[in-house]
Amino acid sequence: MGVDNPLGDNVITTSLDLLVNWSRKSSIWPMTFGLACCAIEMMAAGASHNDLDRFGIIFRASPRQSDCIIIAGTVTKKMLPVIMTVYEQMPEPKWVIAMGACACSGGIFDTYSVVQGIDEALPVDVYIPGCPPRPEALLFGLMKLQDKIMTERNSFGSAIGLGERYIPEAA
Amino acid sequence: MAENNRAVLKLKEKFAASIIDVVEFRGEVTVTVAKDAIIEILSFLKQSLQFNQLTDLTAVDYEGKKEDRFMMVYQLLSIPHKDRLRIKTPVSEAVCIIPTASQVWKTANWLEREVFDLFGIVFDKHPDPRRILMTEDWVGHPLRKDYPLQGPDREPYKGRLS
Repeated sequence: MGVDNPLGDNVITTSLDLLVNWSRKSSIWPMTFGLACCAIEMMAAGASHNDLDRFGIIFRASPRQSDCIIIAGTVTKKMLPVIMTVYEQMPEPKWVIAMGACACSGGIFDTYSVVQGIDEALPVDVYIPGCPPRPEALLFGLMKLQDKIMTERNSFGSAIGLGERYIPEAA
Repeated sequence: MAENNRAVLKLKEKFAASIIDVVEFRGEVTVTVAKDAIIEILSFLKQSLQFNQLTDLTAVDYEGKKEDRFMMVYQLLSIPHKDRLRIKTPVSEAVCIIPTASQVWKTANWLEREVFDLFGIVFDKHPDPRRILMTEDWVGHPLRKDYPLQGPDREPYKGRLS
Protein backbone atom coordinates (compact mmCIF):
# COMPACT_ATOMS: atom_id res chain seq x y z
CA MET A 1 0.00 0.00 0.00
CA GLY A 2 1.35 3.34 -1.04
CA VAL A 3 4.72 1.95 -2.07
CA ASP A 4 6.01 3.53 -5.25
CA ASN A 5 8.07 0.79 -6.92
CA PRO A 6 7.58 0.76 -10.71
CA LEU A 7 10.33 -1.82 -11.25
CA GLY A 8 8.61 -4.34 -8.98
CA ASP A 9 10.25 -7.12 -7.01
CA ASN A 10 12.00 -9.64 -9.23
CA VAL A 11 15.33 -11.37 -9.17
CA ILE A 12 17.01 -8.71 -11.32
CA THR A 13 15.82 -5.65 -9.40
CA THR A 14 16.35 -7.17 -5.98
CA SER A 15 19.88 -8.20 -6.94
CA LEU A 16 20.57 -4.68 -8.15
CA ASP A 17 19.06 -3.31 -4.90
CA LEU A 18 21.35 -5.61 -2.98
CA LEU A 19 24.36 -4.28 -4.87
CA VAL A 20 23.36 -0.67 -4.28
CA ASN A 21 22.61 -1.34 -0.60
CA TRP A 22 25.89 -3.16 -0.15
CA SER A 23 27.87 -0.27 -1.62
CA ARG A 24 25.93 2.23 0.51
CA LYS A 25 26.37 0.32 3.75
CA SER A 26 30.07 -0.14 3.03
CA SER A 27 30.71 3.56 2.66
CA ILE A 28 28.67 5.37 5.32
CA TRP A 29 30.29 8.76 5.40
CA PRO A 30 29.13 10.57 8.54
CA MET A 31 29.11 14.31 8.96
CA THR A 32 31.85 15.56 11.29
CA PHE A 33 29.54 17.11 13.83
CA GLY A 34 29.97 16.83 17.58
CA LEU A 35 27.80 18.57 20.16
CA ALA A 36 29.00 17.46 23.59
CA CYS A 37 30.86 14.71 25.45
CA CYS A 38 29.44 12.03 23.09
CA ALA A 39 31.59 13.61 20.38
CA ILE A 40 34.69 12.57 22.34
CA GLU A 41 33.53 8.95 22.19
CA MET A 42 32.72 9.39 18.51
CA MET A 43 36.28 10.60 17.91
CA ALA A 44 37.60 7.67 19.90
CA ALA A 45 35.54 5.33 17.72
CA GLY A 46 37.02 6.96 14.63
CA ALA A 47 40.61 6.80 15.86
CA SER A 48 43.04 3.92 15.41
CA HIS A 49 42.02 1.69 18.33
CA ASN A 50 38.41 1.18 17.21
CA ASP A 51 39.03 2.37 13.66
CA LEU A 52 35.75 3.12 11.89
CA ASP A 53 37.67 3.27 8.60
CA ARG A 54 37.65 -0.52 8.35
CA PHE A 55 33.86 -0.30 7.84
CA GLY A 56 34.34 2.33 5.17
CA ILE A 57 33.12 4.94 7.62
CA ILE A 58 35.09 8.10 6.91
CA PHE A 59 34.14 11.37 8.58
CA ARG A 60 33.52 14.12 6.08
CA ALA A 61 33.84 17.80 6.88
CA SER A 62 31.02 18.86 4.56
CA PRO A 63 27.33 17.93 4.68
CA ARG A 64 27.36 17.84 0.86
CA GLN A 65 29.58 14.75 0.98
CA SER A 66 27.87 12.99 3.90
CA ASP A 67 25.35 10.15 4.02
CA CYS A 68 24.80 10.07 7.75
CA ILE A 69 24.66 12.51 10.63
CA ILE A 70 25.53 11.27 14.11
CA ILE A 71 23.80 13.53 16.63
CA ALA A 72 26.51 13.19 19.26
CA GLY A 73 25.39 15.12 22.31
CA THR A 74 22.90 17.49 23.89
CA VAL A 75 20.80 19.41 21.38
CA THR A 76 19.94 22.84 22.73
CA LYS A 77 17.08 24.80 21.26
CA LYS A 78 19.63 27.34 20.11
CA MET A 79 21.60 24.65 18.23
CA LEU A 80 18.58 22.97 16.61
CA PRO A 81 18.28 25.34 13.60
CA VAL A 82 21.97 24.74 12.86
CA ILE A 83 21.50 20.95 12.91
CA MET A 84 18.41 21.26 10.72
CA THR A 85 20.38 23.34 8.21
CA VAL A 86 23.23 20.81 8.12
CA TYR A 87 20.75 17.93 7.72
CA GLU A 88 18.94 19.67 4.89
CA GLN A 89 22.25 20.27 3.10
CA MET A 90 22.99 16.54 3.02
CA PRO A 91 22.12 14.77 -0.25
CA GLU A 92 19.74 11.80 -0.33
CA PRO A 93 19.99 9.02 0.70
CA LYS A 94 20.71 10.12 4.27
CA TRP A 95 20.43 8.55 7.68
CA VAL A 96 20.37 9.89 11.23
CA ILE A 97 21.89 8.26 14.32
CA ALA A 98 20.89 9.60 17.74
CA MET A 99 23.92 8.92 19.89
CA GLY A 100 23.56 8.98 23.66
CA ALA A 101 20.79 9.71 26.15
CA CYS A 102 20.61 13.44 25.33
CA ALA A 103 20.11 12.97 21.59
CA CYS A 104 17.59 10.16 22.21
CA SER A 105 15.45 11.82 24.88
CA GLY A 106 17.06 14.95 26.29
CA GLY A 107 18.77 12.82 28.93
CA ILE A 108 19.36 14.47 32.28
CA PHE A 109 18.67 17.89 30.77
CA ASP A 110 14.92 17.99 31.37
CA THR A 111 14.89 21.74 31.02
CA TYR A 112 13.66 24.71 29.02
CA SER A 113 16.74 25.14 26.85
CA VAL A 114 17.18 21.54 25.65
CA VAL A 115 15.36 19.68 22.86
CA GLN A 116 13.83 16.54 24.39
CA GLY A 117 15.22 14.16 21.78
CA ILE A 118 16.38 14.93 18.25
CA ASP A 119 13.49 12.82 16.91
CA GLU A 120 11.31 15.88 17.53
CA ALA A 121 13.03 17.38 14.47
CA LEU A 122 14.79 14.69 12.41
CA PRO A 123 13.82 11.14 11.31
CA VAL A 124 16.10 8.98 13.47
CA ASP A 125 17.17 5.56 12.14
CA VAL A 126 19.21 4.22 15.06
CA TYR A 127 19.10 5.17 18.74
CA ILE A 128 22.22 4.42 20.79
CA PRO A 129 21.68 4.57 24.56
CA GLY A 130 24.43 5.40 27.02
CA CYS A 131 25.84 8.45 28.71
CA PRO A 132 28.03 8.61 26.77
CA PRO A 133 27.93 5.34 24.79
CA ARG A 134 31.29 3.61 24.57
CA PRO A 135 32.90 3.42 21.12
CA GLU A 136 31.83 -0.24 20.95
CA ALA A 137 28.21 0.88 21.36
CA LEU A 138 28.59 3.39 18.56
CA LEU A 139 30.13 0.67 16.39
CA PHE A 140 27.21 -1.60 17.18
CA GLY A 141 24.79 1.19 16.31
CA LEU A 142 26.53 1.78 13.00
CA MET A 143 26.38 -1.96 12.26
CA LYS A 144 22.65 -1.85 13.04
CA LEU A 145 22.37 0.99 10.53
CA GLN A 146 24.22 -1.19 7.99
CA ASP A 147 21.70 -3.98 8.62
CA LYS A 148 18.88 -1.48 8.14
CA ILE A 149 20.36 -0.22 4.87
CA MET A 150 20.56 -3.85 3.61
CA THR A 151 16.80 -4.26 4.12
CA GLU A 152 15.94 -1.30 1.88
CA ARG A 153 14.08 -2.04 -1.35
CA ASN A 154 14.00 -0.26 -4.69
CA SER A 155 17.27 1.48 -3.85
CA PHE A 156 18.42 0.84 -7.44
CA GLY A 157 15.16 2.10 -8.94
CA SER A 158 15.17 5.25 -6.82
CA ALA A 159 18.81 5.90 -7.73
CA ILE A 160 17.85 6.07 -11.43
CA GLY A 161 14.76 8.15 -10.69
CA LEU A 162 12.07 5.46 -10.62
CA GLY A 163 9.99 5.34 -7.43
CA GLU A 164 11.19 5.66 -3.86
CA ARG A 165 13.30 3.71 -1.45
CA TYR A 166 11.34 1.88 1.21
CA ILE A 167 11.78 -0.68 3.93
CA PRO A 168 9.28 -3.56 3.70
CA GLU A 169 7.07 -3.85 6.76
CA ALA A 170 8.08 -6.52 9.28
CA ALA A 171 11.40 -6.87 7.52
CA MET B 1 35.85 43.20 61.26
CA ALA B 2 33.67 44.82 58.67
CA GLU B 3 33.73 48.16 60.49
CA ASN B 4 37.48 48.43 60.03
CA ASN B 5 37.47 47.45 56.36
CA ARG B 6 39.15 50.23 54.38
CA ALA B 7 36.34 50.36 51.83
CA VAL B 8 33.57 50.34 54.44
CA LEU B 9 35.22 53.20 56.36
CA LYS B 10 35.44 55.36 53.24
CA LEU B 11 31.95 54.47 52.04
CA LYS B 12 30.44 55.32 55.43
CA GLU B 13 32.27 58.61 55.37
CA LYS B 14 31.17 59.57 51.88
CA PHE B 15 27.85 57.80 51.21
CA ALA B 16 26.39 57.41 54.73
CA ALA B 17 22.86 58.10 53.51
CA SER B 18 22.96 55.43 50.80
CA ILE B 19 24.30 52.51 52.82
CA ILE B 20 21.56 50.09 53.82
CA ASP B 21 23.56 47.32 55.45
CA VAL B 22 27.12 46.12 56.08
CA VAL B 23 27.71 42.43 56.76
CA GLU B 24 30.82 40.36 57.24
CA PHE B 25 30.60 36.59 56.91
CA ARG B 26 33.68 34.35 56.92
CA GLY B 27 35.92 37.25 56.03
CA GLU B 28 33.78 38.39 53.11
CA VAL B 29 32.44 41.92 53.39
CA THR B 30 29.11 42.76 51.79
CA VAL B 31 27.77 46.29 51.55
CA THR B 32 24.14 46.78 50.55
CA VAL B 33 23.49 50.19 49.09
CA ALA B 34 20.58 52.10 47.60
CA LYS B 35 20.03 51.81 43.85
CA ASP B 36 20.04 55.58 43.24
CA ALA B 37 23.68 55.96 44.28
CA ILE B 38 25.02 52.75 42.76
CA ILE B 39 27.03 54.29 39.91
CA GLU B 40 28.52 56.99 42.14
CA ILE B 41 29.56 54.35 44.65
CA LEU B 42 30.98 51.98 42.06
CA SER B 43 32.92 54.81 40.37
CA PHE B 44 34.25 55.93 43.75
CA LEU B 45 35.32 52.37 44.56
CA LYS B 46 37.16 52.09 41.28
CA GLN B 47 38.73 55.56 41.08
CA SER B 48 39.60 56.24 44.73
CA LEU B 49 39.83 52.81 46.36
CA GLN B 50 41.38 50.97 43.38
CA PHE B 51 38.83 48.20 43.03
CA ASN B 52 40.06 47.89 39.48
CA GLN B 53 38.49 44.56 38.58
CA LEU B 54 34.83 43.58 38.43
CA THR B 55 35.13 39.80 38.82
CA ASP B 56 31.43 39.14 38.50
CA LEU B 57 28.10 40.84 38.21
CA THR B 58 24.91 38.91 38.74
CA ALA B 59 21.44 39.07 40.25
CA VAL B 60 19.27 37.10 42.66
CA ASP B 61 15.51 36.64 42.42
CA TYR B 62 13.87 36.84 45.88
CA GLU B 63 10.32 36.48 44.59
CA GLY B 64 7.90 36.49 47.54
CA LYS B 65 10.72 36.62 50.08
CA LYS B 66 11.75 40.26 50.01
CA GLU B 67 10.01 43.53 49.38
CA ASP B 68 12.21 44.31 46.38
CA ARG B 69 12.21 41.26 44.17
CA PHE B 70 15.70 41.42 42.68
CA MET B 71 19.12 42.00 44.19
CA MET B 72 22.00 43.05 41.97
CA VAL B 73 25.37 41.73 43.14
CA TYR B 74 28.75 43.20 42.15
CA GLN B 75 31.90 41.25 43.09
CA LEU B 76 34.88 43.57 43.19
CA LEU B 77 38.61 42.87 43.43
CA SER B 78 41.37 45.32 44.14
CA ILE B 79 44.58 43.94 42.67
CA PRO B 80 46.94 46.52 44.28
CA HIS B 81 45.34 46.11 47.74
CA LYS B 82 44.71 42.35 47.41
CA ASP B 83 41.19 42.53 48.85
CA ARG B 84 37.66 41.89 47.70
CA LEU B 85 34.31 43.57 48.27
CA ARG B 86 30.74 42.63 47.46
CA ILE B 87 28.24 45.38 46.68
CA LYS B 88 24.53 44.59 46.57
CA THR B 89 21.61 46.74 45.61
CA PRO B 90 17.90 45.93 45.63
CA VAL B 91 15.90 46.36 42.41
CA SER B 92 12.11 46.29 42.57
CA GLU B 93 9.97 44.46 40.04
CA ALA B 94 7.89 47.57 39.33
CA VAL B 95 10.94 49.69 38.43
CA CYS B 96 13.09 46.92 37.02
CA ILE B 97 15.78 49.22 35.67
CA ILE B 98 19.24 50.09 36.91
CA PRO B 99 22.01 52.26 35.41
CA THR B 100 24.69 50.30 33.57
CA ALA B 101 28.03 49.67 35.24
CA SER B 102 29.71 49.27 31.86
CA GLN B 103 30.69 52.93 32.03
CA VAL B 104 32.80 52.05 35.08
CA TRP B 105 34.14 48.61 34.12
CA LYS B 106 34.00 47.58 30.45
CA THR B 107 33.57 43.93 31.42
CA ALA B 108 30.12 44.74 32.80
CA ASN B 109 28.86 44.93 29.21
CA TRP B 110 28.42 41.18 28.64
CA LEU B 111 27.71 40.40 32.30
CA GLU B 112 24.81 42.84 32.23
CA ARG B 113 23.58 41.33 28.98
CA GLU B 114 23.49 37.97 30.75
CA VAL B 115 21.55 39.43 33.70
CA PHE B 116 19.11 41.09 31.31
CA ASP B 117 18.72 37.85 29.36
CA LEU B 118 18.08 35.59 32.34
CA PHE B 119 16.42 37.96 34.87
CA GLY B 120 14.93 40.69 32.71
CA ILE B 121 16.54 43.56 34.58
CA VAL B 122 16.95 46.46 32.16
CA PHE B 123 20.24 48.36 32.18
CA ASP B 124 19.82 52.04 31.48
CA LYS B 125 22.18 53.46 28.80
CA HIS B 126 23.67 50.03 28.13
CA PRO B 127 25.74 50.21 24.90
CA ASP B 128 24.43 46.87 23.51
CA PRO B 129 21.20 45.79 25.25
CA ARG B 130 20.64 42.45 23.47
CA ARG B 131 20.20 38.93 24.82
CA ILE B 132 23.45 36.99 25.08
CA LEU B 133 22.61 33.32 25.84
CA MET B 134 19.06 32.66 24.71
CA THR B 135 17.93 33.13 21.11
CA GLU B 136 16.89 36.63 20.10
CA ASP B 137 13.21 35.66 19.77
CA TRP B 138 13.06 33.97 23.19
CA VAL B 139 10.05 34.92 25.31
CA GLY B 140 10.60 35.32 29.06
CA HIS B 141 13.62 35.31 31.34
CA PRO B 142 14.53 31.74 32.40
CA LEU B 143 16.25 32.35 35.74
CA ARG B 144 13.24 34.12 37.23
CA LYS B 145 11.64 31.99 39.92
CA ASP B 146 8.25 32.08 38.19
CA TYR B 147 9.66 30.73 34.90
CA PRO B 148 8.70 27.06 34.47
CA LEU B 149 11.82 24.91 34.63
CA GLN B 150 10.86 22.71 31.71
CA GLY B 151 9.71 25.61 29.58
CA PRO B 152 6.32 27.27 29.19
CA ASP B 153 5.20 24.89 26.43
CA ARG B 154 5.44 21.71 28.50
CA GLU B 155 3.41 20.07 31.24
CA PRO B 156 5.51 20.44 34.41
CA TYR B 157 7.02 17.29 35.90
CA LYS B 158 5.19 16.42 39.13
CA GLY B 159 7.34 13.56 40.32
CA ARG B 160 7.50 9.90 39.39
CA LEU B 161 4.27 8.74 40.98
CA SER B 162 1.95 11.35 39.50
